[in-house]
Amino acid sequence: MLTKIGTFTRTMHGNPFSPLTFFRYNSYVQLVDGTDTSIRRFLKQLPGVDQVGAESRAAMLATRSIKTTSKKWAIDCAISMIDLTTLEGSDTDGKVRALCTKAVHPDPTDPSVPSVGAICVYNDKVATARKHLDTIGGKSIPVAAVSTAFPSGRASLEVKKQDTLDALNNGATEIDMVIDRGAFLSGDLVKVFTEIVYIKELCADRAHLKVILETGELVTLDNVRRASHLAMAAGADFIKTSTGKISPAATAPVVLVMLEAVRDWYAMTGIRIGVKPAGGIRTTKDAIKQLVLVRETAGEEWLTPKLFRIGASALLNDLLMQRMKLRNGNYAGPNYVTLD
Amino acid sequence: MRIDIRKTYKLYIGGAFPRSESGRTYEVRDAKSKFIANPAQASRKDLRDAVTAARSAFGGWSSATAFNRSQILYRIAEMMEARSEEFVEEIALLEGISRVAAKKQVDQAIDAWVWYSGWCDKISTVAGSTNPISGPFYNFTVPESVGVVGVFPAQKSALLGLVQAIAPVIAGGNTAVVVASQKFPLCAVTLSEALATSDLPGGVVNILTGITSELAPWMGAHMDVDAIDATGLSKELDKEVRVSGADNLKRIHKFSSSDTPQRMLAFMEYKTVWHPIGI
Repeated sequence: MLTKIGTFTRTMHGNPFSPLTFFRYNSYVQLVDGTDTSIRRFLKQLPGVDQVGAESRAAMLATRSIKTTSKKWAIDCAISMIDLTTLEGSDTDGKVRALCTKAVHPDPTDPSVPSVGAICVYNDKVATARKHLDTIGGKSIPVAAVSTAFPSGRASLEVKKQDTLDALNNGATEIDMVIDRGAFLSGDLVKVFTEIVYIKELCADRAHLKVILETGELVTLDNVRRASHLAMAAGADFIKTSTGKISPAATAPVVLVMLEAVRDWYAMTGIRIGVKPAGGIRTTKDAIKQLVLVRETAGEEWLTPKLFRIGASALLNDLLMQRMKLRNGNYAGPNYVTLD
Repeated sequence: MRIDIRKTYKLYIGGAFPRSESGRTYEVRDAKSKFIANPAQASRKDLRDAVTAARSAFGGWSSATAFNRSQILYRIAEMMEARSEEFVEEIALLEGISRVAAKKQVDQAIDAWVWYSGWCDKISTVAGSTNPISGPFYNFTVPESVGVVGVFPAQKSALLGLVQAIAPVIAGGNTAVVVASQKFPLCAVTLSEALATSDLPGGVVNILTGITSELAPWMGAHMDVDAIDATGLSKELDKEVRVSGADNLKRIHKFSSSDTPQRMLAFMEYKTVWHPIGI
């Protein structure tokens, strides 16, 4: 099953990264072979995060002022990166369909507004969303399903696999899985790793895999860096900050550390992994701060919906109101955007 | 010798006292052109923030019971009474009138709060009606608040005009974004300190100080402002605000008389309910 494809020596944060063996496992590249020793050896080599430095760097980037034409570009860019999300126990088919309509035409009065990046729902609403998107001209908009006993991740592997299969069979082309934070925090890295590998195996070529780290429960930035690399080594296509169910969610330092992780991963492997902050991003200002972080940390290549998404629901209305303000010159009101 | 501890005259937005986002201030001079203070000069972004604060306070304030609003308005009168010395000082300085005349103005302003406090739970009885109709319906009409109201109080009055403009707006269940008199803004800031200590939820009244002609066009064009009290606007500004305000059908009124329930009703709209009976 494992094919050795080469040995590399790279540097990371200026420190020499000792030679690692790369394996090709099915169709994706792995840095570790899944044993506890290999995972620990791999994660041990990650340098610690300078928390004070990360916080001040993130705060410094947040002071950038983005105005006029750049702001217009940033708003449209942010709209196209939104994973328009509804994850409530009270979700109905009607609500999901309304959300899909909004995803295709965020502002019905202005056809120049781009469609959003994806729709994100629970797995039992995937079929509804897919069908409605196809009928209203949203064929190109993917449907993402949260999976593996979202949001807690407290279920057996069998249940998690079935959860994912259901979503895939209903037409999901993106899977947002949660990691087992309890296992991660108690040091059972193999469990976290193998779960991701199994889910990735199910997704194969059918779907993109986003791995939710739930950084609010990981406590330290060091853990965020370790979990990011662990997820990427196990085959994640995207690493995602949070479920949106607990606070704090996508804070700037956390996103900064995750963006550094994908940047370093690219330097090591030549593979670009995506990042998706989710939770707590409600205003245009917040969204633009995220874009600045991306541009200054991972680089311009990440400023595309293929590699950067924002998980949000209320954010879209604020972006639309700011867009109206730029278009008409007047401050817009919430009466002129749809209620979700 | 002790150094004077002078007050910083700041804005009042969402229950907090920020400086202007723009960092600007402007000079206020007394009746003899002597410098008195540097209050904040609000920018259009401060106005936007104030409207956002007013909008988010609207739900709670408009659905509070009329009796509760009445109690809070009375409480404002109590809090102003405690600060009346400070008001007298500021009015005498700004308007250049005697302390006796200033004290009279303060008393009148405090009485206006008490007067509108009484109106809170009576306006719907006095202005509402049950309507005779030919059909099996119980049909009645009640006045309800319109939403966020932009208030430009009379320019020539330091305190009384201000209170006479704000009190009827919030007594009817609206929330207010007030642009204080450009020449006499100090009492407005002192009033906001009384408001902040009187159980009035943050955001129900927001007070900006600054250049009226700079802020009025943004208020007129703001799509989330439902009505404007244009009493303190010049002819030109009044016209401009009426034109841009037509976009979202703002109710725009100018008042010459004070202390009348008409000032409350101008910022209320009638709701008529048809309730089936006998089925």
